[in-house]
Amino acid sequence: MENIKTPVLKVENLAISYKMRRGEVPAVRDVSFEIHAGETLGLVGESGCGKSTVAFGIVNFLDRNGSILNGSILFQGQELQGQSEEELRRLRGNQISMVYQDPLASLNPCLRIGEQLSEVLIVHRGLSKEEAYEKCIEMLKGVYMPDPEAMMLRYPHQLSGGQQQRVVLAIALLNNPALLIMDEPTTALDVTVEAGVLDLIAELRREFDTTILYISHNLGVIAYVSDKVSVMYTGEIVEQASVEDIFLKPMHPYTQALMRCVPKLGESKESSYLPPIPGRVPSPMNLPPGCIFVPRCQYARQFCRQKHPELRQVVPGHFICCHFAEEIAEAEWQPPEGLVPDLTTRGRRENAAEAILEVEHVKTYYKQRGRSLISLFGLGKKQYVKAVDDVSLELPKGCTLGIVGESGCGKSTLGKTIVGLESPISGKLKFLGFDILAPVVKRDKRLVKELQMIFQNPDSTLNPSFSVGYQIGRPLRRFGKVSHNQQRKEVIRLLNAVRLDASYYNRLPRQLSGGEKQRVALARAIAAHPKLVICDEPTSSLDVSVQAAILNLLLDLQKEYDIAMIFISHDLSVIRFFSDQVAVMYLGKVCEIGPAQAIYSPPYHPYTEALLSAVPIADPCAEQKRIRLGGMVPSALNPPGGCYFHTRCPRKLGDICEEQDPPRKIAGKEHYIYCHIPLEELCKMGVVVTLPKDTKGNS
Amino acid sequence: MATGEQASPPGLATRRSLGKRFRDAIAPILASKVALVGLGLVSFWVVVAIFAPLITPYGPLEHDLEAMNLGPSLEHLLGADNLGRDLWARLIYGARTILILAPLSVFCALAVGATLGLISGYFGGWTDEVVMRLLDAIMAFPAILLYLIIIFALGPSATNVVIAITIAGTPGIARLVRSLTLDIRTREYIAAAKLRGENPFYIMFVEILPNARGPIIVDAMLRIGYAVIAIGTLGFLGVGLPPPAPDWGSMVAQGRIYIWINPWPVLWPSLAISSLVIGLNLFADGLREETMRYQ
Repeated sequence: MENIKTPVLKVENLAISYKMRRGEVPAVRDVSFEIHAGETLGLVGESGCGKSTVAFGIVNFLDRNGSILNGSILFQGQELQGQSEEELRRLRGNQISMVYQDPLASLNPCLRIGEQLSEVLIVHRGLSKEEAYEKCIEMLKGVYMPDPEAMMLRYPHQLSGGQQQRVVLAIALLNNPALLIMDEPTTALDVTVEAGVLDLIAELRREFDTTILYISHNLGVIAYVSDKVSVMYTGEIVEQASVEDIFLKPMHPYTQALMRCVPKLGESKESSYLPPIPGRVPSPMNLPPGCIFVPRCQYARQFCRQKHPELRQVVPGHFICCHFAEEIAEAEWQPPEGLVPDLTTRGRRENAAEAILEVEHVKTYYKQRGRSLISLFGLGKKQYVKAVDDVSLELPKGCTLGIVGESGCGKSTLGKTIVGLESPISGKLKFLGFDILAPVVKRDKRLVKELQMIFQNPDSTLNPSFSVGYQIGRPLRRFGKVSHNQQRKEVIRLLNAVRLDASYYNRLPRQLSGGEKQRVALARAIAAHPKLVICDEPTSSLDVSVQAAILNLLLDLQKEYDIAMIFISHDLSVIRFFSDQVAVMYLGKVCEIGPAQAIYSPPYHPYTEALLSAVPIADPCAEQKRIRLGGMVPSALNPPGGCYFHTRCPRKLGDICEEQDPPRKIAGKEHYIYCHIPLEELCKMGVVVTLPKDTKGNS
Repeated sequence: MATGEQASPPGLATRRSLGKRFRDAIAPILASKVALVGLGLVSFWVVVAIFAPLITPYGPLEHDLEAMNLGPSLEHLLGADNLGRDLWARLIYGARTILILAPLSVFCALAVGATLGLISGYFGGWTDEVVMRLLDAIMAFPAILLYLIIIFALGPSATNVVIAITIAGTPGIARLVRSLTLDIRTREYIAAAKLRGENPFYIMFVEILPNARGPIIVDAMLRIGYAVIAIGTLGFLGVGLPPPAPDWGSMVAQGRIYIWINPWPVLWPSLAISSLVIGLNLFADGLREETMRYQ
């Protein structure tokens, strides 16, 4: 019974550093935590804060240039530091399992699922092939894999992302490990799939009593899976407490700021303000002498700059790394003077009803080459990927339309079709009354100028060979916006508009952080004063604190330049926050469209309902209906007949859904639902997400 | 207003000075020992070629009948050939021609190959098929055969050697540039350029080409090495520069007859060719390793 006393994993004063060309980088410093049997510790923090390094350090999987400088790692009371490679290998197979972000990278593409699963048992447990097979089938059933016998014979690429991650989980669990380390296991998955995997993890905790170290940057996911949470910031743990304490009574200024800058599901730009965290994460090579959070801390005092605080227990069970934790009251927090813009002006103006963009029955198909010999000679039946299939929508001037959906639903293709990077095969596209069916190369220059786009990946949005100034100046030269000698001045004005100063003019993209690159891309997009800007997941690869800053900036610029926007995202909370109108897409079709407010409250389209119920919410007290979609998203090459969603719809009526296209139901002012279910029944649906009434932050 | 993660330490230089740019550019060379050794070998030949008249008192065509077929001596550091010409003088004057012809021919191949590769990769479809199949046809010939065909057709001269190497080198460069273009054209800054309505040639040469320069430069270094070998081979076969020009290849060919009496006229130009080629190869390897590490 001693087991209950000894924690499964106890990490003490762990310090890890990487050798780089510029010197030693202390990536993790003085990190201590313990996890007891059956417990889940969530390790949360923004990118580059060292959370993955901790996980790799525990199992000694650090890159060759990384080394553990100090500290001890006790696994079931046994020191792992200094163990031989052979001993560690045995432990990793039998006792400690790891699950990584990309399931496809963890599975061997040339082995069948069955071989990869049974290998674990055969190598580490010495089971015979037959015994192993039985066990594997059992385990696949355990992770709710449909048709496990058939799955055993498949190769990894024949599985969907969610199924692959299930297989990885099954492999990790086969040996019934004492400790499971999961590093962002659901980050690469869609929300509905993520919800399924998270449910599974929660169930495994109950059933197998597994101890889990769960690493994620997503506060919502952490709130859902963890018992205890450690918040990391540039290589140190700044706060550690139970999940309720962390989310309801955060005490460290960083944790508080982090919670504030994530839009909660249901908050909108009119109702709340996302205060970004000022400054940027310091480089571990160049840390401030006192508290590491000082440069960004609102409460910093002279004392904080001199002395580095220790992680100390302030309230029982609540550890904080701050000198003045007791004096900082979250409830009394006020945004700094003059920072909060007038929220009421951020919304849609009612008088601006005139449509700037009309999309009617637009279809964008990609030709797919057949694999048979006949199609090689061009004789085969032509197949099309129906990326955008009969979409109609309208966008009023100065308004924001949010397009939301899971990956592969055609939301990006729709955006590209509108700007002219893809050509639709049929339909009507009108912008400012002009026909814009032609691809961008054939459009009039004056029309090209009015339509700009902001992209997802900050690392490829700027040309690495040219300076910031040149790239922002290029559209000015192209469209002859300003005279040649005024150009530099105008570029600097644009830099200021995106809150960067003139010193950025001559910098190269590689000298910028992700958020800064996205700002420059934004400046480049608005340089020609476009009337419509399409934002394709502009904040998806940014940290939440940076995301808040970019969203605020977009809102400010939209108002200043009177730009209509199409905001494409998979994040329902961000979409709700940012948009006036929302379109929900599934498999190339719009299934629900309407004012943001209306989309997020009943009546819902069954798909919207399922999406909402899958969003991880950064509040352990939020009530959320549990609707989980089964099956896989059908291929857009060969979509099912009738309503495309019928194969996964939990509210499917019957044959009518399979045979007939769903009719458009008018659910309210400008709110349309494409579904066979009678409106009265849709109206009877309950609210999916209820946030506790007394949450703070709803200023 | 909302400042977010703004970061600009004040006092950071606003303009990158020329000196800093230069240091940035040569940093990968200095960081790699292999590249430095290569650079040393290559610059040795470059320096002696430039200062040839100052380094040796003899001209490349000057006869010294007393020194015919003699080995190294104080008067003739590396010896003299069968006509009494100073080998050191012929070697460094020979370096002059080869160090002009080899880079020049690679540069020409690069200009043609990169253009075709960019067009092929950027437009794709039929353009791509036609261009690439034509280049495949050239590639189907063994390089040496191709050189001989072209030079026999045009007649042996320095210009025609350059033309031959250009034609033979184009397909390889085009393939490399095409594959780089295929990758780079999917980047978002290319989409942004299209959305500015830029013309395709601006996108190809201004947006794509500069970002493909790393692998192209490394490849070009290797190709200069091959060109040196090619020029040497053509000289040896007697279809390079017409005699009596000091050409490393033809020096070997002439010395070959007397190899049992006097091996020096064969040895020195052979060593010269291999040291220059090895130098270029080492330089390219080091550069590739370092630039990759930078990414």
